[in-house]
Amino acid sequence: MIITTLLGVSLVSAGLLALVGDRRMAPDLNILASLVSFVISVYLAFDVYSSGTAGTSLVGDYFFIDAFNVYLVVLTTFVSTTTAVFSRNYMKFERGHGKVSGGRMRFYHAMYQLFIFAMLLALLANNVGVLWISMELATLATVLLVSLYRTPSSVEAAWKYFILCGVGIALALFGTILLYFAAEKVVGSGVQGLLWTNLIKINAKLEPRILALAFIFFMVGYGTKVGLVPLHSWLPDAHSEGPTPISAVLSGLLLNIALYALVRCKVLVNLSMGGNWAGRIMMGFGLLSMIVASLSLFRQRDIKRMFAYSSIEHMGIATFAFGLGGAMATFGALLHMLMHSLTKSSIFFTAGYASQLSGTQNMVHIRGLIKANPLVGWGLIFGVMAIAGTPPFGLFASEFLILTASMKQIPALTPLVLFALVVAFAALFRKLQPMVFGDPSPDRREINASVLPIYLHMGLVLALGVFIPVFLQKWFLEAVEILK
Amino acid sequence: MTQNFATQVNNILAAFILLASFGMLAQRRIYGLLVIFAWQGFFLALSAGVVAYTADIKHLYISAALTLVLKVIVLPYILYSLVNRLNIFRDVEPLVNIPTTMLIGIALVIFSYHLTAPVRELSTLFTRTTLAVALSTVLLGFLMMITRKKAVTQVIGFLAMENGLFFAATSATYGMPLVVELGVALDLLIAALIFGIFIFQIRTTFDTLDLREMEKLKEGSET
Repeated sequence: MIITTLLGVSLVSAGLLALVGDRRMAPDLNILASLVSFVISVYLAFDVYSSGTAGTSLVGDYFFIDAFNVYLVVLTTFVSTTTAVFSRNYMKFERGHGKVSGGRMRFYHAMYQLFIFAMLLALLANNVGVLWISMELATLATVLLVSLYRTPSSVEAAWKYFILCGVGIALALFGTILLYFAAEKVVGSGVQGLLWTNLIKINAKLEPRILALAFIFFMVGYGTKVGLVPLHSWLPDAHSEGPTPISAVLSGLLLNIALYALVRCKVLVNLSMGGNWAGRIMMGFGLLSMIVASLSLFRQRDIKRMFAYSSIEHMGIATFAFGLGGAMATFGALLHMLMHSLTKSSIFFTAGYASQLSGTQNMVHIRGLIKANPLVGWGLIFGVMAIAGTPPFGLFASEFLILTASMKQIPALTPLVLFALVVAFAALFRKLQPMVFGDPSPDRREINASVLPIYLHMGLVLALGVFIPVFLQKWFLEAVEILK
Repeated sequence: MTQNFATQVNNILAAFILLASFGMLAQRRIYGLLVIFAWQGFFLALSAGVVAYTADIKHLYISAALTLVLKVIVLPYILYSLVNRLNIFRDVEPLVNIPTTMLIGIALVIFSYHLTAPVRELSTLFTRTTLAVALSTVLLGFLMMITRKKAVTQVIGFLAMENGLFFAATSATYGMPLVVELGVALDLLIAALIFGIFIFQIRTTFDTLDLREMEKLKEGSET
């Protein structure tokens, strides 16, 4: 019941915002709708926690919630709320400078809520097919948002995003069909053959050869959406050319959802095949992404593009850790998804303000942020410190766990992981320094920055780096059991 | 219809679908491409109908009808009116010459047969042999997207891939559950609409539909 309300809120608000159009209250309505979703999801999480179920609770056959997706649901609604707050002032500024028209703002708000709906549906759906449909819906909702400004580069970025993710996700559908084919032999045709909760139960009877084939399609399909190298070429474009609030939710949330789908598939395939075959493939993709993305950081000139590459790197780390398996690595990966999501969206907020201040996204022209706007400048410093894995921020904890786990299980790979982390650290700080210190350029613009979302995120990342609350720990440990 | 006869009918339809894929690869004109695409959709719907009748699966009739409406009428019509309004009947201009593309296509078909061998061994469905054709159709659509440089031809390649997926669903499993089929059809329709909007956006921002113009976003070249 709670789940349907949760999904209903964002779906109804999408329609409502389309009707409201470009009124003054539209951004506030957008915030309100996201906030209501957030409150409901907290209530849902509280419900899950207090009922103390170690397993999975089902709602009909359609939705399910367990320790793995419950925290992602709360995270998704939380980040979408703070992004809506950020978006209010940010888009007002863009509108004032003639970058978007009123009609497009109507579209923007409606699609924003539809996007949230699609992500929540993907997380909560018990049906592999519905998961696929909502992943595709999330892509479709955002593709025209990337080209919202209608500049040649944004149209190009959106086209690339659409085509590459479209092809990728088509391959994932082929994987889904193969999975259904394998399940159909055991449970007969009908919806039963596509339910996660069923598939986990009957996994011993599923034909391993078909599941192996299916996993290759899942890996390539959902891997494209996670942005894993060499399937990543759409990601830096799409994340840098769209409006900044969209960059924040794409990097912070959608990548997580795609990884979530991939990890669920991995568990299923590993259970059926025995051993860690699927995990090894994920480790390969993860390592490659980490190394290629961290080396690419040096070559970037566009601030949002650079942080998009940093997202590829961090998704690579999480994919690697999930592939590694084992309690410690999985715990680290779950924490990493949470921390990356909070940090990266906060960084995009500051990067958005920084480029509004300087009138460009080119890092060469972004100068003296601390003097220009201290709160934004320090926000960026904290964000980069956190994303580079400096203690005491939360990403240090998760990366440390993952490194320790890889040291224990496959020591030979640890230097590669460490190399990627160090290179990324060096690259980010080298680019950061001239942007924040020194004197700002005289022709900077005045902005009205709402820094609350930035410092809220950074505060959480800091707090979680020092102390992980009991409920989160309990969920992570349960999720580790589920993903074993 | 006996099982054996149905298998043969289905195999013939599979052959037609594969033939249509190759036809699209060989076709130089966009109008011709659209006609072949519509034919492929028709064979697809027919094959779904045959499977529905033989295996007596009610919801597959709905899928077949959806395919007939969407892929034979709606989508080709949307694309046709786009092509008409933008006046782009000119040649398709492949990036790789057509004989080479066809040879790569043949290699892809052989690869698909090899890849789906374990499924053929296991399946008891009368449609099982057609899974290789379905995978080939997906890969050939993919090939078409890679080797063509006009936005419209890429769209048709994408939709041909989707045809292959639908065929895989009917041939390997007698169709996915109805919820999924409907969802997929809805996504496809939205995707087609977005494609339409996009083609206008590309045209107005770039003054051309040639995707080679869209190469600004390369590493290090952005300002």
